[in-house]
Amino acid sequence: MPDTHDAAYNYAYLDEQTKRMIRRAILKAAAIPGYQVPFGGREMPLPYGWGTGGIQVTAAIIGRDDTLKVIDQGADDTTNAVSIRRFFARVADVETTTRTEEATVIQTRHRVPETPLKEGQILVFQVPIPEPLRMLEPRETETRTLHALTEYGVMQVSLYESIARHGRISKGYNYPVLVNGRYMMSPSPIPKFDNPKLDRNPALQLYGAGREKRIYAVPPYTPVKSLDFDDHPFEIERWTESCAYCGSTESFLDEMIVDDAGKRLFVCSDTDYCESRRK
Amino acid sequence: MTAPLLSARGITKRFGNRIACQGVRFDLWPGEVLGVVGESGSGKTTLLNCLAGRLEPDEGTVEYETAAMGTVDIHRLSEARRRLLARTEWGFVNQDAREGLRMGVSAGANIGERLMAIGARHYGNIRQSATDWLERVEIDLDRLDDKPTTYSGGMRQRLQIARNLVSEPRLVFMDEPTGGLDVSVQARLLDLLRGLVDRFHLSAVLVTHDLGVARLLTHRLMVMQGGQVVEEGLTDQVLDDPHHAYTQMLVASILPV
Amino acid sequence: MLPVLHVSGLNKSFVMHARSSVGGDLALPVLRDVALSVAPGECLALVGPSGAGKSTLLRSLYGNYRADTGSIRVHHHDDWTELVGAEPRVMLDVRRHTMGFVSQFLRVIPRVACVDVVAEPMLRLGAEPEEARRRAEFLLGVLGIPSRLWSLPPATFSGGEQQRVNIARSLIADYPVLLLDEPTASLDQANRDGVIELIQQRRDAGAAIVGIFHDVAVREALATRTHDVALPGVQA
Repeated sequence: MPDTHDAAYNYAYLDEQTKRMIRRAILKAAAIPGYQVPFGGREMPLPYGWGTGGIQVTAAIIGRDDTLKVIDQGADDTTNAVSIRRFFARVADVETTTRTEEATVIQTRHRVPETPLKEGQILVFQVPIPEPLRMLEPRETETRTLHALTEYGVMQVSLYESIARHGRISKGYNYPVLVNGRYMMSPSPIPKFDNPKLDRNPALQLYGAGREKRIYAVPPYTPVKSLDFDDHPFEIERWTESCAYCGSTESFLDEMIVDDAGKRLFVCSDTDYCESRRK
Repeated sequence: MTAPLLSARGITKRFGNRIACQGVRFDLWPGEVLGVVGESGSGKTTLLNCLAGRLEPDEGTVEYETAAMGTVDIHRLSEARRRLLARTEWGFVNQDAREGLRMGVSAGANIGERLMAIGARHYGNIRQSATDWLERVEIDLDRLDDKPTTYSGGMRQRLQIARNLVSEPRLVFMDEPTGGLDVSVQARLLDLLRGLVDRFHLSAVLVTHDLGVARLLTHRLMVMQGGQVVEEGLTDQVLDDPHHAYTQMLVASILPV
Repeated sequence: MLPVLHVSGLNKSFVMHARSSVGGDLALPVLRDVALSVAPGECLALVGPSGAGKSTLLRSLYGNYRADTGSIRVHHHDDWTELVGAEPRVMLDVRRHTMGFVSQFLRVIPRVACVDVVAEPMLRLGAEPEEARRRAEFLLGVLGIPSRLWSLPPATFSGGEQQRVNIARSLIADYPVLLLDEPTASLDQANRDGVIELIQQRRDAGAAIVGIFHDVAVREALATRTHDVALPGVQA
């Protein structure tokens, strides 16, 4: 098939040496599940905070035979998702899709697709702050030591504090997990509703943080456990309502205010999931 | 017990050309509280930090008799094991309580941390332990969920003590634990420390410049001057029958009340 | 009866180091070649002029003053223990189990109730808190401290009351060896008699006692022998 990617750029935007460096980081990350691997992040055509980490990971792994899906808070049609999809269509000449089952690479911000993933699929997460202990311990030197020595008491302290203050663990997103029984990881700001999906998922999970220049990974079928207390076990969110469009009672619902009178609708956050249920 | 709890031999530490402490040697036996007194610059804090594994001495060894793993040279341990010891079998009470506390979380979380660090995962039990300790250090139980930022200096110090003792350490290092506190607050804190040392059979190394604190809390005393130990012995003997010129000067300098 | 305390060749000087550049150190020899022995049931009174070294000798026996040379041996845990040059932990153990010291004045520990002050040495021996408290209250009663004062710290007590608390504290454990430094100096007649009786009981029960008693009547009630500190090298 003739090469139709934009000739002004190297395939997938990054030069080959950079892709090689990122792939090495990815291999190391996959070999040490949950461990943050530093990488030489490049300048990307969008600012930090807009998914540069995820884009660099996708750019390093994507090939002409791939089919790319990009979602932002579950939706394929928000500005950011559209921009990133269009970017890769232009520089990597790939098929793009909104259907989860059809994608080989799914780049996501803040959600895991509702449709279960399969072996061979890759889920690329956009991560703002890769360090799960950052809010508790501002020093990078110290957090590296804590990870190296498996000293995670400070996180348990913050969960205790949440229960003392609110009667329950109130963290609703970016809920800390222990990967493969060893490294504590930030699953990125996905709602805790999605945490169980990470556990022993058949797909490869890659996490890219552009500003902080870290890559980490969870290989397929790896145990991922959300932190909790014996007498305050981990629980996901539940709604009394169902999706106003497709009737689902199993998916993560967004609450939307639809008119000036304050009328609310609950709707699936995963647009593809909702649509496929409605067909 | 046939071996001392803590053995120091030839502890020497330099900072550039300056000798902070030199050739310090002693054995600490279970149940003993050893005071290290001296004025600023005497080397006592440097010595304490070498003993507690926070500073590596240039020469000398510090050996500690662990609860279950025999005698270890604490500076040859891996950092992981040393940090684990520091969180379980040892305590360290800083002069400034803020350095030994997490100011941003509640008292209960502060006290519970050591338990959580060694795997405690039952919120109710952790909270109960924290409550018990708050009681032992005479802090009102309804302050359990308050942050140490809302505590007075004396209360913070008590909290720091509770945070250290919750893991039932065998050896506690204290750096001027009553320094900077009001006199009446100091007195209450000294009472508390005395009671806890007796009740829990603690061994301790206590650094202070205050001979009154030494008299009250310690069984043995080492007097340091310019990095050297110039005199040592039973506390009452060193204070009542000082031999070295420097000790005599220190004792004579106490202001009468 | 065989002695439980044996002192020989004991020497002690005080050296006051000069605090200014002018003038040298000042050496004050106080004890020279002191020798004595005390057996269970004996009370040895140290006599001699003021400044002769009675208090120094007593404090040296307790380890409160450090002897220069010589030997102080005490029968401790069924064996002889040398105290001169002994490690601190040895001395601490002897003080905990074998040797008690009644000083002239109570060293006031702030804010501790006097019943707890008295009970402390017994608690250090591992006694049950209930039993130690009962014993402490009994002794305080015998020494005439009213029960309403038991839960108060002695800091505000009169000198006589403080001394009686001091005596109770020093006698709560059954020490085989007792050292008494003017135990009745700050007491009035009535209280003095109570203390004398208490010490006599200990002596007759087998304690070996060394004491300084300025009051002749007290000395005559308690002492079985005397030792003149001013005469060096005299075996008592």
